[in-house]
Amino acid sequence: MTTLLAIGTGKGLFLATSDDGRRSWRVDGPHFPMTAVYAVGIDRRRAAPRVLASVTSSHFGPSVATSDDLGRSWHEPDHAPLAFPEDTGATLERVWQFAPASPAEPDVVYAGTQPSALFRSVDGGVTYEMVRELWDHPHREQWGAGFGGQAIHTVLPHPDDPARVLVAMSTGGVYRTADGGRGWAPSNTGIRAYFLPDEWPEFGQCVHKVARDATEPDRLYAQNHHGVYRSDDGGSSWSSIADGLPSDFGFPMVAHPARAGVIYNFPLVRDGERFPVDRRCRVFRSADAGKSWEPLSDGLPAEPYYPSVLRDAMCADGADPAGVYFGTRSGEVYASRDEGDSWSQVAAHLPDVLCVRAAEV
Amino acid sequence: MVTILVPGVLRGEAGGAARLDVAASGTLRAVLDEVGSRWPRLERRIRDERGEVRRYVNVYVDGADCRLSDGQDTPVADGGEVQILPSVAGG
Repeated sequence: MTTLLAIGTGKGLFLATSDDGRRSWRVDGPHFPMTAVYAVGIDRRRAAPRVLASVTSSHFGPSVATSDDLGRSWHEPDHAPLAFPEDTGATLERVWQFAPASPAEPDVVYAGTQPSALFRSVDGGVTYEMVRELWDHPHREQWGAGFGGQAIHTVLPHPDDPARVLVAMSTGGVYRTADGGRGWAPSNTGIRAYFLPDEWPEFGQCVHKVARDATEPDRLYAQNHHGVYRSDDGGSSWSSIADGLPSDFGFPMVAHPARAGVIYNFPLVRDGERFPVDRRCRVFRSADAGKSWEPLSDGLPAEPYYPSVLRDAMCADGADPAGVYFGTRSGEVYASRDEGDSWSQVAAHLPDVLCVRAAEV
Repeated sequence: MVTILVPGVLRGEAGGAARLDVAASGTLRAVLDEVGSRWPRLERRIRDERGEVRRYVNVYVDGADCRLSDGQDTPVADGGEVQILPSVAGG
């Protein structure tokens, strides 16, 4: 079995593969050099896994490329795979997220973009149409832009019900549809927005990442711009699970692919001090849905550590035991083949890591 | 006939060609429209989905920056030359 680890960086896509149970890695790349790869996807629903790459040139604009042979060749349509309809007056900055839909819709892939919009593909992620109803939402004019731009960075199709999709944006918060995208409602009850005069608004939160529990689809976990939360009702309400963490600030939130209640994040000190807590490189794991947390650092650098981990720069693969991976803004990538208990370095000295995704292929 | 000079970094979108000949003339917009119909991946590297020339792409008509004249309404005569160049940007 080969494990593929796709590493999107500020200057291209690197593909790491392991054929020995994730003990050693061969790193290939960069594909699309001098482009920012903010999102990658590995769609395993197809006979040949499809790799999707968000490729943005600072000169020549954004695009999406796909590969059905694990990066040996890439396909890009002649005409723009994603484009805002003319009447919107908007132009695509970049794709921030790919989300293959449930197995019931094997050719459907969602994409979250900057500016904040949701696109839907029915040809396996090659071409996309904008989901008009979310773009037309009356709240949209009040959605803001974080430092990284205004984007939908999280898309979570429900695994059992194709009509239900959850998205999260910075800023704006969480929105859900239960009717296949025709109606969208904010879902931020319980998530604090300390940076607004009304700290408990209906929307406007800066949710950094949302992950869905492996076995309970209505259980969700959110890393917020200060605040770590869990929802047990599909996002209708949220409650804090930050007790036990050294900080409630950070970007990624990753759910174990198979074990209920197991999640990972990478805490930073605070908004105004975006360094790892105590300057130590540590992943935090909860095995009880956020009731308690434990630091994981075996094999990670022991010296004072300053790089941060961005919202999509942490992931898990689908193996058993699960592999967990993260990349840093200083171009290091670490992997654990034992669910986070121990770590080893996959790569170093890469450009800043924007995203990682891994799967058995 | 108008000649398009394609920078090295974009020649993969033009079948490897450094120079392309197009029949359209009159304005830069007409020239780029023909590029879009014949080499759509090249054109969308030059213009966004609103049809605007991308911020960090420079287009010269007979050696003059189109942004310093009439943009895409800059006249391009038959026999003219349009040069595409990426601007100096990035880190």
